Amino acid sequence: MTEAWDTAKPWISKSAGMIEGSLHPRVLDYTDSFIDEVIPNESELTAGVTIEPGKSYGFFTDTTLCIGCKACEVACKEWNQLPAEEQGMSGMSYDNTRGLSSSTWRHVTFVEKVDREHTDDMQPFQSNWLMMSDVCKHCANAPCLEACPTGALFRTEFDTVVVQQDICNGCGYCVPACPFGVVDLDMSDGKAHKCTLCYDRLKGGLEPACAKSCPTDSIQFGEWDDLYERAQERVEDLHERGATNAYLYGTPGAPGATGGLERLQAFFLLSDRPEVYGLPAAPTRPSRRVAPALGTGLATAASLALAAIFLFSGKRR
Amino acid sequence: MSQWDLVNSDVILVMGSNMAENHPIAFRFVVEAKQRGATIIHVDPRFTRTSALADIYAPIRSGTDIAFLGGIVRYLLENDLWFREYALPYTNLSTIIEDGFQAPEEFDGLFSGWDEEKHSYKMDSWQYEGMVVPTANADHSVEVSDPEKKHEMTKRPPRRDETLQDPNCVYQIMRRRFAAYTPEMVERVTGCPKESFVKIAEAMAKNSGRERTGAVCYALGWTHHTTGSQMIRAATIMQGLLGNMGRPGGGVLALRGHCSIQGSTDIPTLYEMLPTYLAQPKAAKHPTLETYLEEETVPTGWWTNLPKYMVSLLKAWYGEHATKENEFGYQWLPKIVGDHSQFPMTFAMTDGFMRGMFVIGQNTVVGGMNAKLVQKGLAGLDWLVVRDSHEVETATFWKKGTLISEGEMKPEDIATEIFLMPASLPGEKAGTFTNTQRLVQWHDKVVDGPGDSRSDLSFVFHLARRLKELYAESTEKRDEPIRKLTLDYPVIGPLEDPDSEAVLQEINGYTTADRKLVSGFKALKDDGSTACGGWAYSGLFPEEGKNLTRSRKADGPDGNGAHHGWAFAWPSNRRTLYNRASADPEGKPWSERKKMIWWDEAEGKWTGLDIPDYVEDKAPGYRPDWSKEQTGMDAISGSDPFIMMPDGRMALFTPAGLKDGPLPAHYEPVETPAKNAFYKAQSNPAAKRFHRKGNALHEVADKQYPYALTTYRLTEHHTAGAPTRGVPTTAELQPESFAEIPPELAEKLGVRTLDWVVLSTKRGEVETRAMVTERLRPLTIDGSTVYEIGMPWHFGWAGYATGDIANILTSIVADPNVSMHEAKALTCNLRKGRLRRHHEGVEA
Repeated sequence: MTEAWDTAKPWISKSAGMIEGSLHPRVLDYTDSFIDEVIPNESELTAGVTIEPGKSYGFFTDTTLCIGCKACEVACKEWNQLPAEEQGMSGMSYDNTRGLSSSTWRHVTFVEKVDREHTDDMQPFQSNWLMMSDVCKHCANAPCLEACPTGALFRTEFDTVVVQQDICNGCGYCVPACPFGVVDLDMSDGKAHKCTLCYDRLKGGLEPACAKSCPTDSIQFGEWDDLYERAQERVEDLHERGATNAYLYGTPGAPGATGGLERLQAFFLLSDRPEVYGLPAAPTRPSRRVAPALGTGLATAASLALAAIFLFSGKRR
Repeated sequence: MSQWDLVNSDVILVMGSNMAENHPIAFRFVVEAKQRGATIIHVDPRFTRTSALADIYAPIRSGTDIAFLGGIVRYLLENDLWFREYALPYTNLSTIIEDGFQAPEEFDGLFSGWDEEKHSYKMDSWQYEGMVVPTANADHSVEVSDPEKKHEMTKRPPRRDETLQDPNCVYQIMRRRFAAYTPEMVERVTGCPKESFVKIAEAMAKNSGRERTGAVCYALGWTHHTTGSQMIRAATIMQGLLGNMGRPGGGVLALRGHCSIQGSTDIPTLYEMLPTYLAQPKAAKHPTLETYLEEETVPTGWWTNLPKYMVSLLKAWYGEHATKENEFGYQWLPKIVGDHSQFPMTFAMTDGFMRGMFVIGQNTVVGGMNAKLVQKGLAGLDWLVVRDSHEVETATFWKKGTLISEGEMKPEDIATEIFLMPASLPGEKAGTFTNTQRLVQWHDKVVDGPGDSRSDLSFVFHLARRLKELYAESTEKRDEPIRKLTLDYPVIGPLEDPDSEAVLQEINGYTTADRKLVSGFKALKDDGSTACGGWAYSGLFPEEGKNLTRSRKADGPDGNGAHHGWAFAWPSNRRTLYNRASADPEGKPWSERKKMIWWDEAEGKWTGLDIPDYVEDKAPGYRPDWSKEQTGMDAISGSDPFIMMPDGRMALFTPAGLKDGPLPAHYEPVETPAKNAFYKAQSNPAAKRFHRKGNALHEVADKQYPYALTTYRLTEHHTAGAPTRGVPTTAELQPESFAEIPPELAEKLGVRTLDWVVLSTKRGEVETRAMVTERLRPLTIDGSTVYEIGMPWHFGWAGYATGDIANILTSIVADPNVSMHEAKALTCNLRKGRLRRHHEGVEA
């Protein structure tokens, strides 16, 4: 069932009656008949990647390919059965869901910056109106996971970060721990909610809903190393085409992977400063601040103690 | 062309379309083309999500597209940038037109042949010298004094001057025709900076020739005008000159309004057409089948086969009752007596001529022009059946409508009895979608619809069945159309759902003697031995158990990318129409890079990467023997690719087929802030106008209505909104109606984003939120500033995402060719504030 695309089998050309060897064998398994079963590892067909436990998966969101259609937002809500929010029109361009929240796990940001004088010679791909589909970054050193006292937040066999709803006690420590403001408590059940990178779908061999629905492949799902390689090529390609401001956010050594975060499983290709998209320029793991903070605290305590000793001992004199 | 063929384009001009927003799936292929190096151009009044992904964005005032495209045509001709080796042999550029032809430059803004009294053109002077060029376009028979002269085309080829020197040849006419469309005039009329325009013209020209091709993608931004058909014509002329038809990555892609609108044009829901582009008979013109066939059959080219298609259609509908003796039941077909499109229908309702109506798959109160008149029309009906998945505005106008909220009528005054019938959505029924590339794709039923919902097929089938039962005993002649109609689809399951595949088989066609499915339309006969519900679709179900529309065999990375195993594209599963033009006159590909089909000398047939759109064994060197009469394909030489045309060539100049001129001319929209800078005639003289109370039009540059207004759609909602405004997850994305306003105008009026504003026209007023945005810009038109305002038209009072109906503002005027309205270009006023509502039920 997993022959490569180019493996020609005699029966392929026979039953297809057309271009020899040019078809994925699986395509032929489900052509003329009613599909009455789940296709095992459908992700092979839709994303070109086999999903296996123990490997590291993520998203590469290439904002320069985003057309702001919000199919990812809707697909996410439909699959995860998340409620819509009654917020009304925001007045912020075409963004009316306003940000990631406990019920919005994919969110498309719109940034209008129209330079009217120069629209007859624009940068290739996205310009003048930035659109970017934001999501939980599934950090390699996830601060939310570190802050979670119950173990509700855990790292999955796909190297993603998920909140287990039956364990979460709603303490909310993860909320300020997240340097990206992703994790959110839901007022209806008091628990923390965020993108699961479609944990349930991955287990079933399905590509995450947002990536599958993206018409321009702005959201790409795959093994992290493959995505990283693809992303580096894309940046090079964009630079060659004159889009010299394209860069990666969240890959090792790049903005977004600062402060001990190492790398983000969901990383981005941006063409403007991170803050323009509402992303922190230099996010940090709160735990990195523990040592210095503890040190400062201890030093303060020590100096207070010293002062007290000095004062009290002085009194005795 | 296929959407996926766009990846082969070297330049893509998106104009009259907001492709990324309204056709995001098709736009995928534009993005892919970009990645392969194509130049993407977007020309539009608004900077949209499409513009954001383009290389070049050019703003234009809505409704001035012909001025822009005419400018490109002039630029190509005057700078000799057209693809001569293609355009000279493949188009009618060298053909000599009748001496009396005059264009608007010479004739007060009109073409020759204008009949002021009849408000239409006589087309004698538009013809090829000495002959009449007929057309098979439904409702477009050529209006000339001697239609018999069409048989001249069987006696000799049209006279041509290959040197292009003859002043009456199409090339010279076009040069004169477009001489005024200079870059300076383009800027003056459209507001697009001259430099941007030239950059676009250059990009189109650079990507033409043997090695390169370009595509044009348009949508409702071109069709929703009183000059819509001619805008598309203008693009076609440009593509003909550039050699972009019938070639990989070349073409004019009509992006349809929503899913299967192509299907409802092919198997039409249109009054003037029978399935797959046969004309609906006219009472006066076609009293008998014989007159119909004589009038509609084009003697040369492929349309000579029309009688086979018509007789087979009648056999499909009337079965054994259709015999040669009774004209195959021709008299049972309804005949038309005029324009029966939506607008005259609206008036007929208001006037009490029309008593009942079925509204199926449409929310006409939101989508119809002049929404108040539409509601008045509905209020005049005795009964109204609305079939939809939601309780749409069309079903509730009597209690929540504009007439009620404005205090013009009370619910108790409206006597219309309304039946709201729940309709199944696609997953709840089996059937096909036909998309813009003529691709017919089957989908199975997944689940039963909720409650009493049924498919449209089921509804129509059981209605017809009950009618037949009611009339079974009748001996009245007038009841025969119902009694003789065949209705023999097998039904499935406890709900007695008619079998959609049986309908598809009928569309494919079969032999009447043994009911064997035919292999394609070449097997159809005009003697009653075959039946076929839509000739162009024939071949999609060539044998029992072989429903090709079900097939989902995509090409792999090594395939040729035509994906012939993916569903069925009519006709004959070919993906690119007129692909004979992808080879040069000798039958060789123009280049290795742009090869598609070619002549295989050894085999003596056409072959290649697509299914040839040609007579398979017709050699490139074939020439008709004009010493005797030549009909059908015999009259088409082996180097003429456009087989549906009576001369086998692409018509840059159209002697017949259009009611408002053989070439496009820039006319202003019926409502406009500007005078026509080109001609004395201000707007399309042939446009359909309806002088009715409540449908008043604004003056040209009306000071009371100074702003240009365009209406449009958003990604987040589906047309009149039923499937998206009623679903929370899509409703929250665009929860309210709004108007986009350029900051310069907003500042003048003291309007800020989210403020309430009132838009008004002589037809009515709406209140909505303001969205002030740099994406709209003031345009300098003929020296003065014009502000363009935009307003999405999805909204109404039903569902979660609500707002006033934008179409309260629009008027009822129409393109003369297709009765399409002009919601993309009108004028309005704008003020800060809200409207006072009369009705308590409506939020104040």
